[in-house]
Amino acid sequence: MDNLKTLIYKLADSQMIIGHRNSEWTGIAPILEEDIAFASMAQDKIGHALALYTLLHENMGEEDPDTIAFSRKASEWKNVILAELYTKDYGFALIRHFLFDQLEAIRFESLKTSTMEPLAQLAKKFSSEIKYHTMHGDIWFKNLANGSQESKARVQTALNECFEYANGLFEKVEDEQTLINQGLYIGEEALKNQWLNKITSLVEEAGLTVASMGDKGNGSLTGTHTEDLQPMLSEMTEVYNVEPNAQW
Amino acid sequence: MKSSLDPRVKRVVPENQETIAFKANDHFTTYQVFTQKKTGAQHEHVGIVHAPNKEMAMLFAKEQYARRGKVVGLWIVRTDHIFSTKHEDMDMFASAPEKKFRDPAGFMVKDKIKAFKENRNG
Repeated sequence: MDNLKTLIYKLADSQMIIGHRNSEWTGIAPILEEDIAFASMAQDKIGHALALYTLLHENMGEEDPDTIAFSRKASEWKNVILAELYTKDYGFALIRHFLFDQLEAIRFESLKTSTMEPLAQLAKKFSSEIKYHTMHGDIWFKNLANGSQESKARVQTALNECFEYANGLFEKVEDEQTLINQGLYIGEEALKNQWLNKITSLVEEAGLTVASMGDKGNGSLTGTHTEDLQPMLSEMTEVYNVEPNAQW
Repeated sequence: MKSSLDPRVKRVVPENQETIAFKANDHFTTYQVFTQKKTGAQHEHVGIVHAPNKEMAMLFAKEQYARRGKVVGLWIVRTDHIFSTKHEDMDMFASAPEKKFRDPAGFMVKDKIKAFKENRNG
């Protein structure tokens, strides 16, 4: 698979997986207003995935979006591992969303000037939604970090857990330098520096500490995933697999 | 393969979590939400959200009341910051509908305007 395709799969699959994971809170989020907001953002993420799969299909000769989304095995997915982790509580869901969406904001901001025109167009289109997603993540983070002793401790625990997977957010496709030279994107190292600066300032401002970035999330681009992914994919594709050729 | 990890199926309860007992009416305060449909237009009241503070009320209001259709701005007002008339004083408005002389539709000026315009153009 060519490297640009792999990069777009990484973007699209991460959107799809975090969108589905976040949608799992629909109906059971802590308060009604938050339930609606979180579900609505999950829907935005799946919309971003659809737009990127459509780009892969129409511009790069890949299968149609439904086939891409619903018929691959876990080892074929390129999503960042942080996105696929089973959500053990709502605190974890919120902190992952805070960290993930800050990175989305930086990634898609930089892609607005990509030399791949359709990708730059999508990056511009996503930006209004991402603005609210980061606002939502930041405000929740700030409120929980400045809340009770318990909320503060649970935010710190979730931050530490997520950081064990943080290096995996920045896995490089093969021969990344060629993509950078062609102006297609700015590369993972640059994204990592911007993201870490931003997160460090937000976390320290809230009186918490940033853990060191761990390697537990490495390997997603070469087919390594946690055992949390396949059960989710099985549930996500259950209806599709009853009749894969059904016309909706 | 693991069984379902969807929190709606596998109800998640944090370890060592004590059961929290809720009292009647034990919830966040309410905020009134106003949306503005275009720049310069009046903000119109659209509903209420529960929230612990104004910042989070704004966050919730955006998705409750501005996720469909065009909105360019929100106002968020704490419900207890609104000063209102009392229900029992409703009678002070009672005679207003009778005062037709205050209704602009009562002034018959259409013909005069038409005549003025014709005169000006002619």
